[in-house]
Amino acid sequence: MLNRASSFWARLDWITVGVYFLLVFLGWLNIYAAVYDQDHQNIFDISQKYGMQLLWIGASVILIIMIFLVDSRFYAAFPYPIYALVLILLLLVLAFGKEVNGAKSWIDLGLIRLQPAEFAKLSTALALAKFTSTYNFKLLKFRNLLIVGAIMFTPSLLILLQNDTGSALVYSSLILVLYREGLPGWVLVLLAFIVILFILTLLHGVGTVAFIILGLMLLYYYFNARDFRTSLIAFGILLIAYSIPYAFNYFEWFSIPTNLLIIVPFVFASIIFVYFAYRKNINRIYSIVGITLLSLMFILTVDYGFNNVLIQHQRDRINNLLGIEFDPLGAGYNVNQSLIAIGSGGFSGKGYLQGTQTKYDFVPEQSTDFIFCTVGEEWGFLGTSSILLLFTFLLIRILIIAERQKSSFTRIYAYGVASIFFFHLIINVGMTIGLAPVIGIPLPFFSYGGSSLWAFTILLFILLRLDVSRDQLLN
Amino acid sequence: MPVNNQNSDKQWVIGGIFIVLVLIFLIRLFYIQVWDNAYQLTAESNSQRHVTQYPARGLILDRNGKVLVQNQAAYDLMVVPKQVQEFDTLEFCKMLSITNKELKEKLKKAKLYSWYKPSIFLKQVSFEDYATFQEHLFRFPGFFVQTRTLRDYPMPTATHLLGYVGEVSEKQIENNSYYNLGDYIGISGIEKTYEQELRGTKGNKIFLVDVHNRIKGEFRDGDFDIMAIPGYNITTTIDAELQLFGEQLMEYKIGSIVAIEPSTGEILALISAPSYNPAMLVGRARSLNYSHLQNDSLKPLFNRALTAQYPPGSIFKIINGLIGLQGQFINWHTHFTCDKSLVGCHNHPTNDNIEKAIQFSCNPYFFQTYKKIIQQGKDNNRFIDSRYGLTYWRNYVLEFGLGKKLKSDLPNISSGSIPDTTFYDKWYGKERWAFSNIASNSIGQGEVMVVPIQMANLVAIIANKGYYITPHVVKKVGEKTNANPEFLTIHPTSIDTKWFETVQNAMYAVVNEAHGTAGRARIDSIAVCGKTGTVQNPHGEDHSVFIAFAPKDNPQIAIAVYVENSGFGGTWAAPIASLMIEKYINGEISEYNTKYKQQRILDYKPLYVEPSK
Repeated sequence: MLNRASSFWARLDWITVGVYFLLVFLGWLNIYAAVYDQDHQNIFDISQKYGMQLLWIGASVILIIMIFLVDSRFYAAFPYPIYALVLILLLLVLAFGKEVNGAKSWIDLGLIRLQPAEFAKLSTALALAKFTSTYNFKLLKFRNLLIVGAIMFTPSLLILLQNDTGSALVYSSLILVLYREGLPGWVLVLLAFIVILFILTLLHGVGTVAFIILGLMLLYYYFNARDFRTSLIAFGILLIAYSIPYAFNYFEWFSIPTNLLIIVPFVFASIIFVYFAYRKNINRIYSIVGITLLSLMFILTVDYGFNNVLIQHQRDRINNLLGIEFDPLGAGYNVNQSLIAIGSGGFSGKGYLQGTQTKYDFVPEQSTDFIFCTVGEEWGFLGTSSILLLFTFLLIRILIIAERQKSSFTRIYAYGVASIFFFHLIINVGMTIGLAPVIGIPLPFFSYGGSSLWAFTILLFILLRLDVSRDQLLN
Repeated sequence: MPVNNQNSDKQWVIGGIFIVLVLIFLIRLFYIQVWDNAYQLTAESNSQRHVTQYPARGLILDRNGKVLVQNQAAYDLMVVPKQVQEFDTLEFCKMLSITNKELKEKLKKAKLYSWYKPSIFLKQVSFEDYATFQEHLFRFPGFFVQTRTLRDYPMPTATHLLGYVGEVSEKQIENNSYYNLGDYIGISGIEKTYEQELRGTKGNKIFLVDVHNRIKGEFRDGDFDIMAIPGYNITTTIDAELQLFGEQLMEYKIGSIVAIEPSTGEILALISAPSYNPAMLVGRARSLNYSHLQNDSLKPLFNRALTAQYPPGSIFKIINGLIGLQGQFINWHTHFTCDKSLVGCHNHPTNDNIEKAIQFSCNPYFFQTYKKIIQQGKDNNRFIDSRYGLTYWRNYVLEFGLGKKLKSDLPNISSGSIPDTTFYDKWYGKERWAFSNIASNSIGQGEVMVVPIQMANLVAIIANKGYYITPHVVKKVGEKTNANPEFLTIHPTSIDTKWFETVQNAMYAVVNEAHGTAGRARIDSIAVCGKTGTVQNPHGEDHSVFIAFAPKDNPQIAIAVYVENSGFGGTWAAPIASLMIEKYINGEISEYNTKYKQQRILDYKPLYVEPSK
């Protein structure tokens, strides 16, 4: 027994444990700074947020010990019941939950309030690992893809129903896990392409993007046929086909719907393209025409969906992020204040507790969603880059842990953990520096809140517990 | 080789995505934090200063649109302790004429409130001090001046009615998040009742200020500013000229006048004497003046018209007579001998009927009437019979708006009191009292207590021949007519109109016929109806009371006048009432009445003290 215990401590990944405690400590320091005022300086004052956070950190240590006491095989054996339990909790929240800041995501237990959505990430990562790690598992089988999709998006949907869009989007990060486990790379590229099309459409309008797509199609033709003359002719015809309806609109002779503006040149261009391509014997012309058609339909859908399906505040946030409309009283105010706070920190910051922007109303939610502003203002670029690098170190460390597992269950779970941390980091920090929409998800270990701290702690330490048994087969 | 571990080279792609995105973030952070110093400048310029925009408080006008209350500008010196740096305290104190000690105390107080939020350092700096200080403001970081408005009274009248504004108390701040430390709130009168309508809504203006505390411009071109919404103007029912005239008549006297338009319940004038100038409770002198007024033995802060409770005196005989007539205990022709063994009386011709009895204010007549009402013979036991009678009588009395608070829009109205069986049970013990114990109610000297505004309302009921609309003082809020349903509702009495006609005839006789008790209220051109009252005062000379309405056929004004310690009602109260009526209906006092009646009143100055040399 002694041997086993000592081997436990020997095999525990102390580097990760160290990074964890460092992050938690830094997080607490910043919460203290964010709500600091002259009247309440006692760090144990639980009427203040930093006092409460200290309490939750203490509870986290107890949680860690409990996680370590449980055998690794337990985590590998019971993902489904845990998953089911959390789903029930999510349903309960929908039925009896308490509404805070417009999101109905809290269960009030009197003494403490829990946010089941935080724990759903854990259960989903576990269940996904369990399912994907079955012997001889083929991800690309239709049935498997369907089940994987269900595991990922059922909790996501329930959380979306709670009106907590941010937490629901976290599950999309698990696509990285699937990529690691066999999803072809072109899917990621396609997703990236879709996101870029989406952003470009909103930024520059349907007409411009359609023009770019058609241009790309001709470029493809040129590179395949090496026929500069016909390419130029085709481009010229396209330009004319494109500009005639534009001219009609511009001179207000009569108004042509935007959709027609795109479809007419597309039909023209397609005919020319197919004709030349056919003559030059270029392969895959039909799939190229198909992709172009799909892209055009996509941008039309985006345009329609954005203007007719999304709710105003979602539109505002996206608009604001893309810099289309400046709406100072809406989401823009927060990001603007956040940028001022972080920007004012300069290279080395104003010094601990010396921040003025993050205190007193300038930055909203300064202890939760916008805690990174405090880091930026008081510790400057040195602080923000250190924190980012520390997180990156943690992420890479998790990847290293993942790849040294004998059991694929642990590996897949590890990728899940890394993806979730990564998503939170990118979105949370991204929104404070104007690179991501303001969707309000916590920065792990930094944002104030017990549920979030516990959820990330459990997520990470179950991985460390599994890692201790990395030479065993747990599937 | 681990089981099922294909694709392991994908770890490099995933790790690569992590690192690339973090690199993008690092570049972005470097850009906003180090490269681009625009954000730094925005924040370093000490960022924003939120300045509350105080809305102009609504004006208060009289019924003809004359301004009674308006606003004047005032300057508060504010401080944000966190931003205060070392400065020349000597010069600072000299400029604002405060001592070094005061400066320290005030700074300490501000820090105690908040380090970051602005608080008032010095209230209502004079315009001259403000002008000098404004030029030197940049040398005192952390200080700035906030403009707000104070009340101003172009016509120093109707003090009690208008009320005054003062700073909110801590408790009010706790209960209502609208208010902040140093805000003003209506404390009495119309300012209190119509606080919500008058105050408007505060706005907020955001300025960018630099390290020297100089305003650099609007934040985001004022897009974040919230404009203050001015309060509504309040049009009162008061006739300012009548009010002012009444106040002049009441100078150097103690008492009150309430005048009501009977058909609408609108209060035309409401005077409580002694009074004070409303401007005394404005500005920095406020607290000093307030304590002076509070310690004054004549209680000028006390609104006698709404809160002073007196026995009604002889005027109450009208109500007892009406109840007697309605209950058929007496009729128009009823005659009671003026039997002075029952209760004292003065010498007067015989009471041939109820009209004469009211005209001569015969005490024994109403003693008998009241006896019939109380002892109806419903029970052989006179104690039980009296209980029944008292309840019967009281139900009628309450219909006249007595014994309860009128639901007016003036705060702090007293209810007066109409004794009930419980009251006498407590006093004498159950079934240990009968008519003989409560007989003095018959002539209004017993346990009945009435407030002047109720008395005026009683006259309105008589003028209206049987109903009243709750007296109120606000006609319009903004451009809208006061929509309070209470002020549109008719409160009827269950007494027949014809009996009110009888009372009106008697009251006409009181003023206009020989042997009436109020010949001094007669006006040649106006048919005045009135009734005198003399309230016995155990502490000194009796109070003089007179009620009246006019003209008889189309009453436009109902009035009650109280003059304390001035004896018989006909002597002082009656001529004051008649002057008020003449002023309101004719717009001016006839030459003859000015010379004799008005001058006589103005010369009567029981409170006048010869100024010592």
